[in-house]
Amino acid sequence: MEKRVTFRGWWLPVLLIAPQVLVSAVFFFYPAGQAIYQSLFIPDPFGLSSQFVGLGNFEYLFGDRFYRAAFGTTAVFSILVTLCSMIPALFLAVIADRLIKGSGVYRTMLIWPYAVAPAIAGVLWLFMFNTRVGVVSWYLGNLGYDWNHVLNGNEAMGLVVVASAWGRISYNFLFFFAALQAVPRSVIEAAAIDGARFWRRFWTIVLPLLSPTTFFLLVVNIVYSFFETFGVIHTITSGGPQQSTTILVYKVFADGFVGQDLGSSSAQSVILLFVVGLLTIIQFKFIEKRVHY
Amino acid sequence: MKKSIIGALAVSTMLTPVAAMAETEVQFWHAFTGRLGELVKAQVEEFNASQDDYVVVESHKGNYSETLNAGIAAFRAGEQPHILMVFEVGTATMMAAKGAVRPVYEVMEQSGATFDPDAYIGAVKGYYTSTDGDMLSLPFNSSTPVLWVNRDAMEAAGVDPDTDLSTWQNVGAAMDALKAGGEECSLVTAWQSWIHLENLSAYHDVPFASQDNGFAGLDTELMLNGEAQVAHLTAMGEWAKDGKFIYTGRRNEGGANFRAGDCALFTESSAGYAGIKAEAQFDFDVRPLPYWEGVGNAPQNTIIGGASLWVMEGHEDAEYKGVGEFLSFLSSSDVQAKWHQDTGYLPITIEAGEATRAAGFYDENPGTDVAVIQMTANEPTANSKGLRLGSFDQIRTIIDEELEGIWAGDKTAQEAMDSAKERGDALLRRFEAANR
Repeated sequence: MEKRVTFRGWWLPVLLIAPQVLVSAVFFFYPAGQAIYQSLFIPDPFGLSSQFVGLGNFEYLFGDRFYRAAFGTTAVFSILVTLCSMIPALFLAVIADRLIKGSGVYRTMLIWPYAVAPAIAGVLWLFMFNTRVGVVSWYLGNLGYDWNHVLNGNEAMGLVVVASAWGRISYNFLFFFAALQAVPRSVIEAAAIDGARFWRRFWTIVLPLLSPTTFFLLVVNIVYSFFETFGVIHTITSGGPQQSTTILVYKVFADGFVGQDLGSSSAQSVILLFVVGLLTIIQFKFIEKRVHY
Repeated sequence: MKKSIIGALAVSTMLTPVAAMAETEVQFWHAFTGRLGELVKAQVEEFNASQDDYVVVESHKGNYSETLNAGIAAFRAGEQPHILMVFEVGTATMMAAKGAVRPVYEVMEQSGATFDPDAYIGAVKGYYTSTDGDMLSLPFNSSTPVLWVNRDAMEAAGVDPDTDLSTWQNVGAAMDALKAGGEECSLVTAWQSWIHLENLSAYHDVPFASQDNGFAGLDTELMLNGEAQVAHLTAMGEWAKDGKFIYTGRRNEGGANFRAGDCALFTESSAGYAGIKAEAQFDFDVRPLPYWEGVGNAPQNTIIGGASLWVMEGHEDAEYKGVGEFLSFLSSSDVQAKWHQDTGYLPITIEAGEATRAAGFYDENPGTDVAVIQMTANEPTANSKGLRLGSFDQIRTIIDEELEGIWAGDKTAQEAMDSAKERGDALLRRFEAANR
């Protein structure tokens, strides 16, 4: 027996969805359409003239081995950021959930970093790891490790990953914490009475019950690492050394706003749109099957 | 009481627009903050106070790249300023934008303001002049790279601080001695592409790009993988490997190391003077940029970096008159001499340089004329007039990336520069296509 709400007439439903449709149209469909349109041209920066090149921009991009390499860099970066922001967040949430006294203070403190804008977070981490005056690089130097993310690509990647994941831990913590609070006490207590230790209860009861939240965060974090980490990379490495931290979205910026090459930049946005769309479809098709609501 | 306040408000709001209408407004967008921002503001205020017909309104729009982007976006929206500051690497982009910019020589002709193109220093104006000799934008702040020496560090390492550092051969020997004397950072640099490739090429009179470094046409190709450039970068790579040359980043990060006294030698813009003078707790010297003895026609002349002022299209004739007056004011000898002495930027007119010398400034501040001499020593050749390449900001990023490959020891200088040429040429072809 399915319960259905039906509207009489058509104007009320149209009115109700109109704001959402309008917002999507103005802020999503229109710019996306513009990007697709512009990706077919090579315009001059001032918009005085443009050459129709068909799929020439895409051909140019895929013929560029540095652009192809950026896909690999983006994959490594996104996976690392997602893992580094979700695992510590889950760990902290589990611990904060067990607190009896003062949990409010811990929660507040743990949420704080989320309020820091990515570009500022980038500058903060850059200061700590600055090769000349950074506190952390100074300690590492004392331990005999010569930190130099200006020339060492792996260190640069590590630094941008940590700086990007840091603020994100807070966001993920909030969701995990809320989800943990929603796990029924009775189930856990029953397991405890049956003799299950904490970690056993965690693996067999809590984690499966968290799976909808984990899945949601997985999608959101991957989208975050694709698009919103631009500020961190711009302030810390500008995509370097060599091209070791040039991810796709940074290349969109560099070609569009440093190179004034709007054709290539638009084509890259379109490619990015498809990549993220594809990733989200894959996630919903395959991973969601394993999620228990 | 209340009524009189409202009355006063009404009168004042009615009066303000009237007062503003009597003066024609000229918008000036620039990229300067801090001390330089204050100096620009002072210039604008002086101009506004000097006459009643025009008001120049200056606004800061971010760093060089951001200011250029702001200007382009504003033009597309039909809200462009009258005057836009564009850094030297954006020159080709602005030049190609026919219909968006009005050449300075035209503005000056139409406005009737005093303007003598011959008054400007050749090596400075050459960068912003068309092949026909017409000035397209007004040089504003120009500098050129020089060698900064920490005399105390030299002495501490047992090297004579007055040792001759005019050639890279001598610098190499001095760095050996510095290292032997326990110096951990013999050489550091700022703006590596500008100093160690663009200026290196001009200074040795070898081409950086074909078609007279891009002056003669859009179908230009990079030639930075030539013998002279590769030999220099190979030596630099060796010095990096030996721990003598320390790489600190793509911009002027190295300045912090030098000003703190961590490094003995520093290749940086002559405009670094103000900062070094303010912060350095040691005895320092300014020397001409070193050259390789026996390579090309060294020392030819170095080229400039910095920015120029472009006049945008799409405004009223009366406003262009104001623009002309303001640009003429900026070029006047007093304004230029003060700017040169306050900032360490080069004077843009010959007269301003002479006025500075006559006032005894160079005697009181030894070394401040090194850059001027280095720039003007020889008549610029096709290889040393400047660079005019499209997408040049991004080509510099490519060069930075490839240079990092050398410093890290991942690539030889030849491999890195061959790759930079291949990648840079691809961008030049796209720029050519966009501006056909």
